[in-house]
Amino acid sequence: MSEKELTTRQNLRFDELWAYDPAPESPDYVKIEEQYNLFIDGKFQEPASGRYFETINPANEKLLSRVARADKSDLDKAVAAARKAYEGVWSKMPAKERGKYIYRIARLLQERAREFAILESMDTGKPIRESRDVDIPIVIAHFFYYAGWADKLKYAFPGVDPRPLGVAGQIIPWNFPLLMAAWKIAPALATGNTVVIKPASSTPLTLLRLGELIRDAGLPDGVVNIVTGPGEIGNAIANHPGIDKIAFTGSTEIGRTIQEASLRTGKKYTLELGGKAANIVFDDAPVEEAVEGIVNGIFFNQGHVCCAGSRLLVQEGVADELVHKLKMRMETLILGDPLDKNTDIGAINSKGQLDSILGYLTDGVESGLQIYQTKCQLPEKGFWCPPTLVENVSQAHRIVQEEVFGPVLTIQTFRTPEEAVSLANNTPYGLSGGIWTDKGSKIFKVGKGIRAGVIWANTFNKFDPTSPFGGYKESGMGREGGIHGLLPYLEISQ
Amino acid sequence: MSNRLNVLKTCKLYIGGKFSRSESEHFFQVPDKKQKPLANLCRASRKDLRNAIQVARKAQAGWAGRSAYNRGQILYRMAEMMEGRRDQFIAELERAVSSKRRAENEVDLAIDRLVHYAGWTDKYSALFSTVNPVASPHFNFSIPEPTGVAGIVAPDEQPLAALISLIAPVIAGGNVCVVLASEKYGSVACTLAEVIHSSDVPGGVVNVLTGFRADLVPHLAGHMDVNAVLFAADDPEQKKVIQENAHLNVKRVHFYEGTDWMKDDAQSPYYIIDFQEFKTTWHPVGT
Amino acid sequence: MQNTKNMRIPDFKLTVPVDQIGVEERAARFRTRSIKKESKLFALKLALQMVDLTTLEGMDSPGKVRQLCNKAMYPYEADPDIPKVAAICVYPNRVRLAAEILKGSGVHVASVATSFPSGMGTLESRIEEVKYAVDEGADEIDMVISRWAFLKGEYNYVFDEVATFKEACGPAHLKVILETGELETYENVRKASDIAIYAGADFIKTSTGKISPAATMPVTLVMLYAIRDYYLKTGSKIGMKPAGGIRDAKTALHYLAMVKETLGADWLTPDLFRFGASSLANDLLMQIIKQKTGQYQSPDYFSIG
Repeated sequence: MSEKELTTRQNLRFDELWAYDPAPESPDYVKIEEQYNLFIDGKFQEPASGRYFETINPANEKLLSRVARADKSDLDKAVAAARKAYEGVWSKMPAKERGKYIYRIARLLQERAREFAILESMDTGKPIRESRDVDIPIVIAHFFYYAGWADKLKYAFPGVDPRPLGVAGQIIPWNFPLLMAAWKIAPALATGNTVVIKPASSTPLTLLRLGELIRDAGLPDGVVNIVTGPGEIGNAIANHPGIDKIAFTGSTEIGRTIQEASLRTGKKYTLELGGKAANIVFDDAPVEEAVEGIVNGIFFNQGHVCCAGSRLLVQEGVADELVHKLKMRMETLILGDPLDKNTDIGAINSKGQLDSILGYLTDGVESGLQIYQTKCQLPEKGFWCPPTLVENVSQAHRIVQEEVFGPVLTIQTFRTPEEAVSLANNTPYGLSGGIWTDKGSKIFKVGKGIRAGVIWANTFNKFDPTSPFGGYKESGMGREGGIHGLLPYLEISQ
Repeated sequence: MSNRLNVLKTCKLYIGGKFSRSESEHFFQVPDKKQKPLANLCRASRKDLRNAIQVARKAQAGWAGRSAYNRGQILYRMAEMMEGRRDQFIAELERAVSSKRRAENEVDLAIDRLVHYAGWTDKYSALFSTVNPVASPHFNFSIPEPTGVAGIVAPDEQPLAALISLIAPVIAGGNVCVVLASEKYGSVACTLAEVIHSSDVPGGVVNVLTGFRADLVPHLAGHMDVNAVLFAADDPEQKKVIQENAHLNVKRVHFYEGTDWMKDDAQSPYYIIDFQEFKTTWHPVGT
Repeated sequence: MQNTKNMRIPDFKLTVPVDQIGVEERAARFRTRSIKKESKLFALKLALQMVDLTTLEGMDSPGKVRQLCNKAMYPYEADPDIPKVAAICVYPNRVRLAAEILKGSGVHVASVATSFPSGMGTLESRIEEVKYAVDEGADEIDMVISRWAFLKGEYNYVFDEVATFKEACGPAHLKVILETGELETYENVRKASDIAIYAGADFIKTSTGKISPAATMPVTLVMLYAIRDYYLKTGSKIGMKPAGGIRDAKTALHYLAMVKETLGADWLTPDLFRFGASSLANDLLMQIIKQKTGQYQSPDYFSIG
């Protein structure tokens, strides 16, 4: 559309006449214990310290449960159990039997999918639509996928005889608690390793429930151990002499310390760290689908996504139309109760995260940036941030450089493909990137130019167990998913 | 033997396709195996290292942008040049470190290893790339791409075999490198640099520094524009420096110390893959 | 009618890109909208008011049309709160009868014309048919475009025929049926929508109901995007009518959610949105009564149209 046409542009009304009534999933369906212990050696065990910490629902700040606070001695116990299980049972078991256990986990998860989805939404604040339609289905698919690899490893890597590493220490974040657990546990078990895993302290509940499910599935004691606790326990895992391999997903800041510890202790390690992905829209793009991809790229899971398309780069000729349509689309996003089936934007995961996001916005306002937020009403209790655009930013702004990890999209324009690529790459990160154009050859050229591990062309934020995921540069190393996701859990030698 | 006075070679650093002395003009002397002076080598400074990394970065996109076929031909050309200098390499190795028979074995193995990797340039990608059958209506594929700029810390043992075994998989995969040669046998690296220089390898793709690891490794380990470090020297102190600093920019680190580079299986596409990043691309399938 | 003075007609040789998977994903997302309680009752009644109760069979006797007209005016006499449908839709030779019955009821009389469903008559005969239907009392004409010409790339031909029929309509509203099931791609649907809109359509409509697939949510979404772009450019509102294949209330509500979230509240009116359907009306009625009484309903208690 031309500039002249833009001046005659009308605004549409999205907030009137017909509002959807609440349609909540009932939390009563999910029984949450008052207190959870550590899952070590096939049993739920009290922590040595006898101490527990609270986990709350970020949408209403209500207490959900109290969770054991592990210390070093608990970790030692978990590692010992994992080692015993590795040497005594798991590494000796025929691979096809190992695979069948993992299939069993997948099936049991399928049966209890809705329960897990509700619990995940309660503990994280993410909309039930996402936990139900994205997180949990991919969790299940991931176990199914890697179950099948267990007895086929010799075909995976030509010319070598792959062997498991031993005990894998896994540290997972709060944005996709169960999904990240599945991404780590499934390939570790399929390759014959045993696991000591630590969830984020704000979101431990679905992993603990997975522990119950794993116990119910009859997995040998000690094959999967779950230790809950503060960040120091993660650090202790990274430094633990009884652990052979570290898999970490989280911030680049913590990732660096994990890498340092792993290098020092000689562990094999994989890191899935931060990102600051560019989502590049060319003037020949399918605009409506690009708008949808932008929304999905940055507002999915409140932007708590390492591969979020947090930087919109839009070619000048289409910028006005695109941003106008983006704003209209944002008006239709429903923010509120994560358990409501119509909710598009849930709660921010924690007070700390909300403060961090708001800090970026405050800084932005102080440095004269234009902040655009949708008109949605925020609930009184809980942690909330409306979908936010930051327009007319330049590459030098902190909000363009750093990972905000919230529903905040910066917008920059560009003129040529080369300029787009250089803006996209002007970051220490390299996790993902988006390209929107109707021209195939441009996708290959620009896609090759972007230094990132995942390129979404004319789509965004798609995940699949068969598809390797992971970063370039400071976004990490190693891949999760696909055949490549086996490699970090195997010793490869000729 | 005639009475003719032979002409001694000055060993220089090889940076950006040019031979130059260290900007510090410092040098150090290395002895031969009989402890007689063998050569004066440039003692590269951290500024030399910085310059080498800079030119390597500039050369990276161009090298990665060459066709795999072309990279293979250039590696093969390197092997041809080495073959032409076979006797020189044997003599240098023999004088510096080895028996004649062992020197011959090492040179032959190094040349053959280069040929081996020359052949991999246009094959490893097919071996490790995948088309992933995702459940949604998308075409999804994963391909390896070079990590970027690699720092190589070479060991003293088996100096030529090690150098080739370390450099070849890195550049075969489209990376560029800055090599810290063996402290003891850096003169072999200087000769190898001459081979590289005459082999159509673009300037900056392989940069060879002689000097002291203690001078250079800390700056290599902490350099924010180096993507990977490949450490093969038997040097616990400098290894520790890498361990403590590589995380500053999340470098890819591979420790190969203790590898017997003369073994047949000290070569494989997995060495190439150590310096590759996998890129996965999604696209909808529709009309 | 829209102000055409400043209107710049686009080059229809150019294609507005549409990504098939993307638009299908977006459309599927509306199916996850959960419409409950009051908002459901409101939407069910609204949907009923948007129905073009349709019968387009060779066996449509006057008796059948009479039944349909009465159903249109009194969908469920037991409850006076139940609204009328928007229109009935019949062949031209049944228009006079329908117009007589519906006179003064507020229910519109729509007639298909222009050699429905194929459009393969001569231009003259098709124009005559439009005029005939209007003369007989139709206040809405549902025309078909020449798909053969469109698929051959003769966009001016299609533009001109729509403009011609629009003129022939006089005061009657023109709905342009694209027969999206024959257009194959979403980009074709978008192009045909643009041609129809710029040539003077008051409504654009997906299908004749004689070709499968008929209306789908993604096809309708692409057409809504065309309507929206036209509105953003000109300020004029074009109506939308998905037809065929919409049989149950739940689907209808998802269509309404799609309209609401794409075009906004202004389009949630029978003046700008219609469902071309026959069996949908009774399912809407059953759901309305269920909402009011709490009891699940049986078709035995609802008259056939």
